[in-house]
Amino acid sequence: MRPTPPDNAFITTHSTAMPESSIIEQLRKSLPAHCVLSSREELRPYECDGLSAYRNLPLAVVIPETLEQVRTTLQLCASASVPVVARGAGTGLSGGALPVTGGVLLSMARFNRILDIDTRNRTARVQPGVTNLSISKAAEPHGLYYAPDPSSQLACSIGGNVAENAGGVHCLKYGLTVHNILQLEVLTIDGEQLTIGSEALDSPGYDLLALMTGSEGLLGVITEISVKLLPAPEHARVILAAFDSVEAAGAAVTATIASGIIPAGLELLDNPAIRAVEQFVQTGYPTDAAAILLCELDGSSADVMAQVERVEAVLRDAGATGIQVSRDEAERQRFWAGRKSAFPAMGRLSPDYYCMDGTIPRKHLAEVLNGIATLSQEYGLPICNVFHAGDGNLHPLILYDANTPGELERTEELGGRILELCVAVGGTITGEHGVGLEKINQMCVQYNSAELTQFHAVKQAFDPQGLLNPGKAIPTLHRCAEFGAMHVHHGELPHPELERF
Amino acid sequence: MNTPVDSYRETLAEASRQASPVVIRGGGSKSFYGRPVQGRTLDVSAHTGIIDYTPSELVISARAGTPLSELESTLAAENQMLPFEPPHFGPAATLGGTIACGLSGPRRPWTGAARDFVLGITCLNAGGVLLRFGGKVMKNVAGYDLSRTLTGSLGTLALLLDIHLKVLPRAECELTLSRQTSEAEAIALFNRWAGLPVPLSAACHVDGHLHVRLSGFEQGVNAAAASLGGDIREDAGEFWHSLREHTLPFFAGEIPLWRVSLPPASPPLTLDGKTLLDWGGAQRWLRTDAPAGMVRELARAAGGHATRFRDSDRDDVFHPLAPGMLALQQRLKASFDPAGILNPGRMYREL
Repeated sequence: MRPTPPDNAFITTHSTAMPESSIIEQLRKSLPAHCVLSSREELRPYECDGLSAYRNLPLAVVIPETLEQVRTTLQLCASASVPVVARGAGTGLSGGALPVTGGVLLSMARFNRILDIDTRNRTARVQPGVTNLSISKAAEPHGLYYAPDPSSQLACSIGGNVAENAGGVHCLKYGLTVHNILQLEVLTIDGEQLTIGSEALDSPGYDLLALMTGSEGLLGVITEISVKLLPAPEHARVILAAFDSVEAAGAAVTATIASGIIPAGLELLDNPAIRAVEQFVQTGYPTDAAAILLCELDGSSADVMAQVERVEAVLRDAGATGIQVSRDEAERQRFWAGRKSAFPAMGRLSPDYYCMDGTIPRKHLAEVLNGIATLSQEYGLPICNVFHAGDGNLHPLILYDANTPGELERTEELGGRILELCVAVGGTITGEHGVGLEKINQMCVQYNSAELTQFHAVKQAFDPQGLLNPGKAIPTLHRCAEFGAMHVHHGELPHPELERF
Repeated sequence: MNTPVDSYRETLAEASRQASPVVIRGGGSKSFYGRPVQGRTLDVSAHTGIIDYTPSELVISARAGTPLSELESTLAAENQMLPFEPPHFGPAATLGGTIACGLSGPRRPWTGAARDFVLGITCLNAGGVLLRFGGKVMKNVAGYDLSRTLTGSLGTLALLLDIHLKVLPRAECELTLSRQTSEAEAIALFNRWAGLPVPLSAACHVDGHLHVRLSGFEQGVNAAAASLGGDIREDAGEFWHSLREHTLPFFAGEIPLWRVSLPPASPPLTLDGKTLLDWGGAQRWLRTDAPAGMVRELARAAGGHATRFRDSDRDDVFHPLAPGMLALQQRLKASFDPAGILNPGRMYREL
């Protein structure tokens, strides 16, 4: 069952259902003309985010330039009960920024300034439309950087990173977005300004900073962010280790962590992924290996050499068939270049690919990878695995052709089965991409009705009318009842003991 | 068989029906913290035990009543630790109380706070309904991050049952350096060092001396020690423990103890009394008789907040919230506890 793009049926109150033309008129009256788009051609670029299989046109796109304009937009929409979907760079992979029919798409793209770099306290104050990488670039002259590094960091916005609690290759050691931000300025749907968190390490009252992080635009609109900056490591090396089975590579991940070392990054590519990458960029990955691990170690020069020696020994004991250690920065970059080009490499291999994002307890790695291989055969769709092995965050890439009738639907069904497998071993349906619209059905597998009810109650505390990004992230109980019914029909329910509705 | 959890469920459901307050109690080691609460005591110290611990997963799952000391010794046997170095404040400290209070020790600025290591929580809401948020995995963005929101909520949102924590390996080498210096000079040094790639894991200033701890591999620690300079402290383990547990002489006596949380490079606070810097300057402990309004205003002006941590006056403990923020937090509380029965008033009179 494919989730359909949300419309204003998700809104809890319909007191003043206003004619569509009227809200556009009001927006035009209150904002500069170039900040409001409403013709079909103007709306088209905003019809999807990074999950381009889902498309929908909003009623209007508002691109404010000042805080007051954001507030005005929210207040007008709130009083007219018009939904609002906030959008950063639109690189999200779960349809979180997909427009809502009859709603306003609020682009924060023009909030693109770095307001302050405080070198003494090691923080940066930035607007939400600033790209992730530009923060590290601005901090670089001071020997500092912003740690979370999602693979889209060149393009993705920090506001979107907060909304999704973005991770990246280095979050194994340095944490996710939630661990690396200090303070948010937020506007509620009523246009009220809230300061969440503080410039200190904590703040009084409930930890709303954690609650806002990863809330996918359902609770408020972020207008300013203070992030922590870390000292750039003095030195880093990458170990490239080859294995003759995925199981052995998985066991080597466990052995590395068990040895008492937390690598800065620990990534796994399986054979189909290695071959795709080598065809694309020729980084020197061994194409005959069943899997490779890329293990980055950083710290002071003395520290790194000690760690490299230790990890090399662990990987050898774990059955590595070949080990290379980057000799200089150029080689380190080359080792990473393959990993970083994995997604575009898939794009060459297959007309379309679909990237999943489940996270599992690491000890079930081999079991889940085998399960994925079985599902791949069952559906006749090839799957490559390139993922954050150190923290158990899988990114199976399903290769398909959208022009083959029915193949997209089968791909999505296969994706759903993979996520349910992740939940069945105690994992989650999304590690860093978010639920958005894409995984809304699988939320019904991960959470029961009481838990979903609590999520909706939290949403109500922030947004009583349910206007912010309606229909995303948290499914209605009604949707879950329908989805559950369908799955019982297939007889494939992963957790029969779970409560159904 | 009736388990302790069954009885907690019944107690909460009944209390919610009657709108009669419940005071959640674990080991009672942190009962001094927050505002006093009146109500029927719900003792949860019987819900104990480590549920799951596979060291190579870097995750430990335990019931809320598990003694903190048991948890720590289990981890230590595998050369691992709770990275947020929580204070116990007494031998009876439990995991549940530790997470409900959300307090973190000297390592906090470098490894993270209690909430940073909470991966998942199973809890009972005020109606006694069992809820699971988060899980045992390192990364999870499905649903709102309520397990982190519950951390530090002082039992006012839900009764914590089972807690999944990320743990880390202990450093194989630790070294503490000390030197005589003023408070202002210590703040400057701490913040300069924190911007360098050196393996700091604690930094405090008390009684005219600064103390910094380095943790990591021997080679890196020794190289950093040589560049920072200072005298090696032989009793380092004891020193950091007594800082964490507030058993240093600084913490003795009856003068009110304030905790001020600030941007770390903030200059020394000008108040009558004594100051201890922790967290590289980001956490300042004050012993002062100055009026609450004055302490709070100083904290606010510096971009932080002040907590009346230990005092005979327990009426207003935490920094006042802006009106819009308080209203939002009241609505959030009501979403878990509509009848307002869970530790009412422990954090704020209105929550």
